[in-house]
Amino acid sequence: MSDRILSCSAALAEALHEEMSRDETIFILGEDLTAHAGIFGQFKGLPENFPGRIIDTPISETAILGVGLGSALTGMRPFVDLHFSDFVTCCMDELANQTAKIRYMFGGQVNIPMVIWCPDGGGLRAAAQHSQSLEAWFIHTPGLKVVVPSEPADVKGLIKSAIRDDDPVMVFQHKKLFARQGAVPENDFTIPLGRAAIKLEGKDVTLLSYGSGFYLCEEAVKGLGHLNIDAEVVDLRTLKPLDMDTVARSIKKTHRAVIVHEACLTGGFGAELTARIQDELFDYLDAPVKRVAAKDVPIPFSPPLEDYVLPKVSDVVEAARAVTYR
Amino acid sequence: MTNQDQDYISYYRTMVTIRKFETLAGELFAAARIPGFIHLSIGQEASAVGVCSCLRKDDYLTTTHRGHGHMIAKGADLKKMVAEIFGKKTGYCKGKGGSMHIADFSLGILGANGVVAGGLPIVTGAGVSIKMRKTDQVGVCFFGDGAANRGTVHEAMNMASIWKLPIVFVIENNHYASTTPQNYACSVNDIYSRSASYNIPGTAVDGNNFLKVREVTLKAVQRARKGEGPSVIENKTYRFRGHFEGDPQKYRTESEVDAWKNKNDPVKRFADYLARKKILTKELNQQIWHEVETELKKAVAFAEQSPYPEPQEALDDLFTIPSC
Repeated sequence: MSDRILSCSAALAEALHEEMSRDETIFILGEDLTAHAGIFGQFKGLPENFPGRIIDTPISETAILGVGLGSALTGMRPFVDLHFSDFVTCCMDELANQTAKIRYMFGGQVNIPMVIWCPDGGGLRAAAQHSQSLEAWFIHTPGLKVVVPSEPADVKGLIKSAIRDDDPVMVFQHKKLFARQGAVPENDFTIPLGRAAIKLEGKDVTLLSYGSGFYLCEEAVKGLGHLNIDAEVVDLRTLKPLDMDTVARSIKKTHRAVIVHEACLTGGFGAELTARIQDELFDYLDAPVKRVAAKDVPIPFSPPLEDYVLPKVSDVVEAARAVTYR
Repeated sequence: MTNQDQDYISYYRTMVTIRKFETLAGELFAAARIPGFIHLSIGQEASAVGVCSCLRKDDYLTTTHRGHGHMIAKGADLKKMVAEIFGKKTGYCKGKGGSMHIADFSLGILGANGVVAGGLPIVTGAGVSIKMRKTDQVGVCFFGDGAANRGTVHEAMNMASIWKLPIVFVIENNHYASTTPQNYACSVNDIYSRSASYNIPGTAVDGNNFLKVREVTLKAVQRARKGEGPSVIENKTYRFRGHFEGDPQKYRTESEVDAWKNKNDPVKRFADYLARKKILTKELNQQIWHEVETELKKAVAFAEQSPYPEPQEALDDLFTIPSC
């Protein structure tokens, strides 16, 4: 079957359309969903096609997450829209103490088939409380799966897998990438959680990234090519479970690694991945692992400030040069 | 004996079971045979049984850190409960939950909860689920006077009201949130009165009067089942024991506790009522206490004879597919 060009938003809507047609226990819950098909228009076509299954809530994040959880415990498959991932702070108990722990602390009596969809990321001049990349918090909370798609095909395939998964899955989808277009197969495909993709092959250095970081790497590869550095780009796609096999396969080939993410540096996913690489692949490394990330401040508003804080293509190029000693 | 008499004896037996279960748990804890800490509901039996006597097996329930009584009233297995409290492999949660985290999803018990007011958003979700699945189930959420002050309550009640969810919110006002008196921490004396701001009917009940609790709950459950929306019930009650076993209880006087114990014991009050109505004879009463004690001894023996989980079982049950 042929591929079409779709935006990330359209890929999300298509995934939901297909899944909601397949399984009537799936419903979408969140703020401001029906009037504009989501505040980013991300649910285009769904309110008309699935009346009663896209539920507008009051501004009550605690109850939104709790309702998702309670419905998942009693036979439904909720898709919870958090509006902006930053608002997850308003429902942290429901997420970290309840959703993440209920299956485990009740001895596996029950499954929690719930997707928590979190539009995240900066670059939209939305300032400190609407621009964060918070995936590392949830990596650090056993009981949650964490998915961060980049390209439209990944969005569709991973969202479908997340919906079909019987455990709670947090999906972080970058707001600035909603309009980003790419080829998406027409067939009913899924991408399994926990499977990374080597999206560009190279032999000199492995660029490990996800979400918006993938595009920085893709762009950096061109600049690195001019420097005769042949970079390989691994899109991790799922951070938990993590596809360490693909990471290892690439590093065993290139012997060098740069980790790129938009979240701030300290305690970010790059720290965890660096630790795993040095622990499991130390003998294969020819250089220390480098991390490219946002600076350790909240995201500021003014364009020159935000641009300075967020990681850039040139940062990736510099890091790749450093680990290849060129 | 009429059918109703038999039902009343059965409810009474459940109240006795809770009383004996909690008393025994306190003794076992004092003897250092239970790890961690436990919160007992002695004195609140009429609330637990009065409410749960109105529920079907497929109705949902969320409870609290003080949840043993609610679990028993909803029909939980005593052996599995004691085993869980002991941390044994045969417990409800294979030893992963303990006293504060017992659940039985086969009975609609969506869990005790270690976070105060944690059950309210969950039961609201169960209400949404019931509505979407178009069944006539009901969700009941027990919470305390302490929980009533959490923002979660506001969000959950507002949502339950706008969507007319089939939920009964049961406030067990035992007058102390851990060490903090209700009359200090609550802006109102009657907590149920806050329900007016959500356009939810609310009422206060003598929570130590089994029949009153049951009467009010029956109406609320019927209302929910008919799709007419949520209700709030405030059962005014009192915990005879401390917040946790070992609580020095400096926040209240002995004479206050004694006054409740001596004059307002819910188990004794229901027994007296049944005796006055000639439903419960002295012999039957003795027999019930004896039978309950025997059953609980069996549960304790089961728990004691059960193995602890293997240490590496700590890694099980996180996800549906273990390798993740």
